[in-house]
Amino acid sequence: METLTGLVLIFISAALINNFVLHYFVGICPFLGVSRRVDTAFGMGCAVTFVISIAALLNWTLTYFVLRPEAPVPAWAWRVAGGDPARELDLSVLSYIVYIFVIAASVQFVEMYVRRFFPALYRSFGVYLPLITTNCAILFASLEIMKQLQDPTRLWGLHQALGLAVGGGLGFTLAIALMAGIREELDLCDVPVPLKGAGIALIVAGIMAMAFMGFTGVERGVETALAALAAR
Amino acid sequence: MRHEGPTALERFVNGVLPENPVYRQLLGMCPTLAVTGAMKPAMTMAAATAFVLISANLLVSAIRGLLKPHLRILVFTLTIATFVTVADRFLAAYMYEMSKQLGPYVPLIIVNCVIISRCEICASKQGVGVALADALGMSLGFALALASIATVREILGSASWFGLPVLPASWPGWGIMVLPPGAFVTLGLLLGTAEWASKRRATTGIWATVRGLWSWRR
Repeated sequence: METLTGLVLIFISAALINNFVLHYFVGICPFLGVSRRVDTAFGMGCAVTFVISIAALLNWTLTYFVLRPEAPVPAWAWRVAGGDPARELDLSVLSYIVYIFVIAASVQFVEMYVRRFFPALYRSFGVYLPLITTNCAILFASLEIMKQLQDPTRLWGLHQALGLAVGGGLGFTLAIALMAGIREELDLCDVPVPLKGAGIALIVAGIMAMAFMGFTGVERGVETALAALAAR
Repeated sequence: MRHEGPTALERFVNGVLPENPVYRQLLGMCPTLAVTGAMKPAMTMAAATAFVLISANLLVSAIRGLLKPHLRILVFTLTIATFVTVADRFLAAYMYEMSKQLGPYVPLIIVNCVIISRCEICASKQGVGVALADALGMSLGFALALASIATVREILGSASWFGLPVLPASWPGWGIMVLPPGAFVTLGLLLGTAEWASKRRATTGIWATVRGLWSWRR
């Protein structure tokens, strides 16, 4: 039950309280660039959620077994190679290069797979799929997972890493779809000329961020509710 | 020696205002919004980005003859990731507090579109000198943009600038300005102001003359 509570909290925190776009400012480029129509925005959100989960899965595995301090694979290699047992091999300096490589490769493979087996879906994603490589949200999720894995007291499992990734992806989808809905209505409004386009979009995002600040503290309520449910 | 495309001076000047990465191209928005709550983190971020941009531009320009078209983006990204690792380790070693405060935004320089777009547009096509001038201009433009946003947010939010008090102690301090909504609204209004000013400048007064001369000279 404790695991489940923790997982729900990670999920809600990534999706709503600390929304990737409106709290951490990652994924702003597609948030401003691909939010003109609700259906493309929703498609973009789904593509990001999909890639973020795959990247989180791969990067958690690599970090857990290879890239964190005290990871098993380098320790074994160090022993086999006859290194000084008093010292240990810490490969975390390589993490950024490995992460961006994994993200670029997984976007490439997802693109090839979708094109081969789901041509209709591929056509609807269009140019957005390759663009996801430079989406900060994907790298940000991997970095957050790395932060948890480098601290031996909080060593996250795969389920927690996936909870963060899926929650963050759905939070991104929610934010970008809401934004696209507002911008569709905004086309009919009389916006001051210099603010047209990115200016008014950023101000709308500011008001949305203010609204999302209202979720602060929700995690305590959820925790109490889950504890009450468990006690029953 | 003949260059194709803009010369070094044009590249430098373009980066600062006419093609300012933030106000004109809307690139690199994550750090622009995330670290501009105060001047100190904003300037540290600008310096780190400048280091990565200059190093990556120089290296990509030096190896541009070896680049294969289908692998170039991957080469750019891995080059940038290497220099970002250097910058991140440096900050963690010599400015530990600042490195903690900037948190994930230092590694996120890897996916800062400003750098990858400069590698693609300039460094992979032109010589080392032009690439250096381009990187310097873009870094300066990026630093100016971060400084403008951080100035507004820090003065209105904490009544100080670079940690020095500038407004009277009675100033209430608009807490919202240092929180995420303040970042979005400030950048939105500044973008509108820049747009308005450039429209005016293009049509009236001495600036129109200067711009006319500049475009004629080219």
